[in-house]
Amino acid sequence: MSDNYVPSSKLGKWFNDRLPLLSLSAHLREYPTPKNLNYWWTFGGILTFCLITQIITGIVLAMHYVAHADLAFDSVEHIMRDVNYGWLIRYVHANGASMFFLAVYIHIFRALYYGSYKEPREVIWIIGMIIYLLMMMTAFMGYVLPWGQMSFWGATVITNLFSAIPLFGESITNWLWGGYAVDNPTLTRFFSLHYLLPFLILGLVILHIWALHVPGNNNPIGIDLKKPSKDTVPFHPYIVIKDIFALLLFLLVFAFFVFYSPNVLGHSDNYIEANPLVTPAHIVPEWYLLPFYAILRSVPDKLLGVVAMFASIFILVILPWLDTSKVRSAIFRPIYKQFYWILVLDVLVLGYMGAMPAEGLYLLIARVATAYYFIHFLIILPLLGNKEKTLPIPLSITEPVLGGAPKTSMVKKDKLN
Amino acid sequence: MKKFFKIILIIFFSLGFLFQKVYSAEKQKLLKVDWSFKGYFGKFDRASLQRGYQVYNEVCASCHSMKYLSYRNLAEKGGPEFSKEEAKAIAANFEVTDGPNDDGEMFTRPAKLSDKFVNPYQNDKEAAASNGGAYPPDMSVLVKARSGGANYIYSVLLGYEDPPSGVTLDDGVYYNKYMYGNNIKMPKVLEDDLVVYNDGTVASEEQMAKDVVTFLAWAAEPHLEARHRIGFKAIIYLIILSFLAYFSMKRLWSRIESKI
Amino acid sequence: MSEKKKPKERRDFLFTASYAMGAVGVAAAVWPLVDQMNPDSSVKALASTEVDISSLEPGKSITVLWRGKPVFIKRRTQEEIAEARAVNIGDLKHPEKDEDRAKNPEWLVMLGICTHLGCVPLGDKGEYNGWFCPCHGSHYDTSGRIRKGPAPTNLEVPKYEFVNSNTIKIG
Repeated sequence: MSDNYVPSSKLGKWFNDRLPLLSLSAHLREYPTPKNLNYWWTFGGILTFCLITQIITGIVLAMHYVAHADLAFDSVEHIMRDVNYGWLIRYVHANGASMFFLAVYIHIFRALYYGSYKEPREVIWIIGMIIYLLMMMTAFMGYVLPWGQMSFWGATVITNLFSAIPLFGESITNWLWGGYAVDNPTLTRFFSLHYLLPFLILGLVILHIWALHVPGNNNPIGIDLKKPSKDTVPFHPYIVIKDIFALLLFLLVFAFFVFYSPNVLGHSDNYIEANPLVTPAHIVPEWYLLPFYAILRSVPDKLLGVVAMFASIFILVILPWLDTSKVRSAIFRPIYKQFYWILVLDVLVLGYMGAMPAEGLYLLIARVATAYYFIHFLIILPLLGNKEKTLPIPLSITEPVLGGAPKTSMVKKDKLN
Repeated sequence: MKKFFKIILIIFFSLGFLFQKVYSAEKQKLLKVDWSFKGYFGKFDRASLQRGYQVYNEVCASCHSMKYLSYRNLAEKGGPEFSKEEAKAIAANFEVTDGPNDDGEMFTRPAKLSDKFVNPYQNDKEAAASNGGAYPPDMSVLVKARSGGANYIYSVLLGYEDPPSGVTLDDGVYYNKYMYGNNIKMPKVLEDDLVVYNDGTVASEEQMAKDVVTFLAWAAEPHLEARHRIGFKAIIYLIILSFLAYFSMKRLWSRIESKI
Repeated sequence: MSEKKKPKERRDFLFTASYAMGAVGVAAAVWPLVDQMNPDSSVKALASTEVDISSLEPGKSITVLWRGKPVFIKRRTQEEIAEARAVNIGDLKHPEKDEDRAKNPEWLVMLGICTHLGCVPLGDKGEYNGWFCPCHGSHYDTSGRIRKGPAPTNLEVPKYEFVNSNTIKIG
């Protein structure tokens, strides 16, 4: 690889001996990447773009935003009306959060399908899950900042989750609020943390990529590759150009939301200034949190509901040890593949139920879906690893499958185009 | 690639379906107007905006504030586009409190372009007290603050009816077909020929409702026209660049694929 | 070999076009991020201030705030006017006639910001009976012109007009 990279210029060599940035850059360019990566693998690059966009637009918004309960709403309107291109920057930031989550969900479900969380990539997966958790916290606190009705009541509901903790619940919520209800101290601390956490995420993203570069990328057929070999291509320019192409298509969707439907992903109540005396008719979190909200509400006990919600995230962290199958890619796991799609459907159903009132049939469906979510990870996956009869796995990307020739078509299909 | 896009499409449609379900869960079907500002090239109808300001000023403004608007906005591009002189003249009709002066006293003076729209009440409490306890909401972002947006407000303005038999209303409460819960504390205000339009347009109830809602839609989203304009350019640009990137990618990858 | 050369040229064109197009997009995306720091439309709208000067005695001055900056309005005495007008223009570091600086000789309106590094000069001070900047020792005369010290130019006269005999509109 690039460990023995020597810069051609004298100055370059002098600098590189002291700080090997040129070696790092050479490593990133030459990094051997499986050449059969499909478009689902482009979301890593897209997510990096999303994070940087959010940080840049966020820094800009913070130049105009005022974190004070009396002024926050006004300052957002000031951004929307008076600041040059303020409306554009705010809409990019607000819709950018949704786009970020859209991309992260695709990224996570890609990892689930192709078994990217399995040995030797468990640490990448765990760092990814921490990033995801921090993203949810950041997004939640960001949604509070405009200080509209949904901001205020969303903050009230979510912080009240902690009141479920026995004995210390009330002390903890008062500590979170800096008072006896969500108010100015809550807003200012949320602003502070909302500004801080993205940089923490950025640091973790660097670790995530570092951890990725140790074993190298997984790939659609999930086999270990010799690197570099005829199964791999250098990251630059082959993967770079592909990521850019995918990013541009993603930006088309992004631009559609920003310019033509900037408010559909938000809630209209958030254009009403926060009022501690009036609760909106339906409190709905942002769409990307709906599945967890559905899990929370489907458990009739307050404490257990909170526990279930956090467990649904934590369960993903230990996923590498719950899935006992040695085969990574779902392409060679016919039964897992079916359960995978049921899980996708299950999460979509949970999301839908999270947006519906928690009553009657909706509640029943939400409960079934919640139960299935846990059954999938806690029962189906551990059992499936031992029971499932997997398909023959090819030895390399370029060579045909030994003894299992009919399945080459499946391998081909997931290649580029 | 085909499969990739198929799945993306499916996810999109299901998400779109979800949003539609969630956000159009209104009980009553709203009246629909073919607003000029909808769509990819939507622009505000200037004449309608100017008439809408007249309706706001002569009818709504006695109760409803618009605290995020300034008189200068009336002359800005993408809005009603009154001339600067007209906007100055409009502003000069209002008295604002300024000060303190060098003697430490507050004084009133005619409003200037840089002033915000004058609030009909001193504060929210007075507004509520003067209206039977119901605070008339600020109308600056009202269109964005109601699900259904422009259609909803238009419908409410025209949705006054006699209560159905069996429904009794308290004093100062009116029946409105489109209002949530059907009870509204604002009396029906629009009547044919309530205002006299300078441009000779017949001031029917529907016309006034349409004009004032257009005005409110602009007030809530003053940069809508710029957004549509820039958005169109951005999307054309992205499509062209996507093609360039696609062919660049094909060409680069042809070095590899020929070896497979 | 010649066969190979042709696709290379086309490729170069394709890549050049892609890079150029990409650069245009980046520049277009950067501009809003830069422009947002410029004065916004609410700031620009506050471009003028009206000042009541009816109670100002000769020899006195007031300082008002205009666009976030101090503006000196001085009602000069006859001696001060005479002093300002008697100066030989050729002796000045930044030659300007007093007549050009004060439309109405009795009233001098100028930005109270030292042209050196932006401090606010003190009134009725300095070797020329005008203004004196304490930061780095610039002396201004009764017309606000720089006479001594590091400042390069005279105190700036903003755009202003007399709305009526009692009111000055600055900006």
